[in-house]
Amino acid sequence: MRRYNNRLGIRGWIYAGNYGLERYLYFLHRISGLGLIFYLLLHIGVTSARIYGGAAWEQTMSLLSGPAFKLGEYVLMAGAIFHAANGLRLIITELGMCIGTPGRQEYPYVSSVRKQRRLMIVVMIIIAVLLLISGVDFFIL
Amino acid sequence: MRESRYWILSLGAAVCLVVLLGIHLSIMHLDTLLAYLGVVNADPLHYQAVMARGRSGGWVLAYILLLAFGLYHGLYGLRSVLSEVVSPTGQRLLTWAVVAVGFIAFTWGTYVVIKSSLMGGV
Repeated sequence: MRRYNNRLGIRGWIYAGNYGLERYLYFLHRISGLGLIFYLLLHIGVTSARIYGGAAWEQTMSLLSGPAFKLGEYVLMAGAIFHAANGLRLIITELGMCIGTPGRQEYPYVSSVRKQRRLMIVVMIIIAVLLLISGVDFFIL
Repeated sequence: MRESRYWILSLGAAVCLVVLLGIHLSIMHLDTLLAYLGVVNADPLHYQAVMARGRSGGWVLAYILLLAFGLYHGLYGLRSVLSEVVSPTGQRLLTWAVVAVGFIAFTWGTYVVIKSSLMGGV
C-alpha cells in the first residue's frame, strides 16, 4: 500500500492558512527555540575561554563586542522572553486551565481557540512589557 | 521509558528553566537596570566577576542545572522538529545523534564549571 506523505516540511511550519494567531505563535515558538538551542551550544564553547585565564577571556570578550553583537544579544534576549512566556501559556492550556468549560455546541459554531485567546493576549502584553524593559537596559541606560 | 515521559520531563525542565534562565539573563544582561534599582552588580562579564561566581557553590550548582535542563529541553525540542523532516528509517539515528551532542556538551560544560571552581579565582 502506498504511504500518504503527510510531511509538509518547513513550508508546513510557516504556512498556517486560515488558522488563528496562535498557529503563528507556534511557528515563532519553534524558530525561537531552534535559535536558543544553537546559541546554547555556542555559548558553552565561548564561555569555556575562562578556564584558559584572564587574557584568553578578555580576548574572547573583545571579539564579541560592538553594536552588531549588542543587537544580537537583544534578539537572543527577546527570543528567550518570548519562548519562556509563550511556553508557560502552552503548559497552562495543556493542563486544562484558562480554556473555559466545555459546553453544548450551538450553530453558528465558535472555535474553541477563542476561549484561550484572553490568556494569549495577557501573555503577549507581558512579553511586550518585558521586551520594553530589556530594550531600555540594552539601548538607553 | 515511554515517549510521553520524555515529553513530561521536557515540560518540567522548561518550568525550571524559566526560573534559572530568568535569574541568569537578568544578572548578565539587565545589570544596568539592577544597579539602577540598588542591586549592586558590577560588570558581570569582567573576568574577576566571572571567576567569583565560578567559585561560589550556589552558582556551580545553578550552572550545572542550567546546562542539564537547557540541553535536555533544547535537544528534545530539536529532535521533535528534526523528526518531521527526517525519514522514518532515520529516526533512531536522529535520537542517538541528539543524545551524543547532549552528552558531549554536558560533559564539556560541567568540566568547565568544575575546573573554574577549582581554579580558586583570579
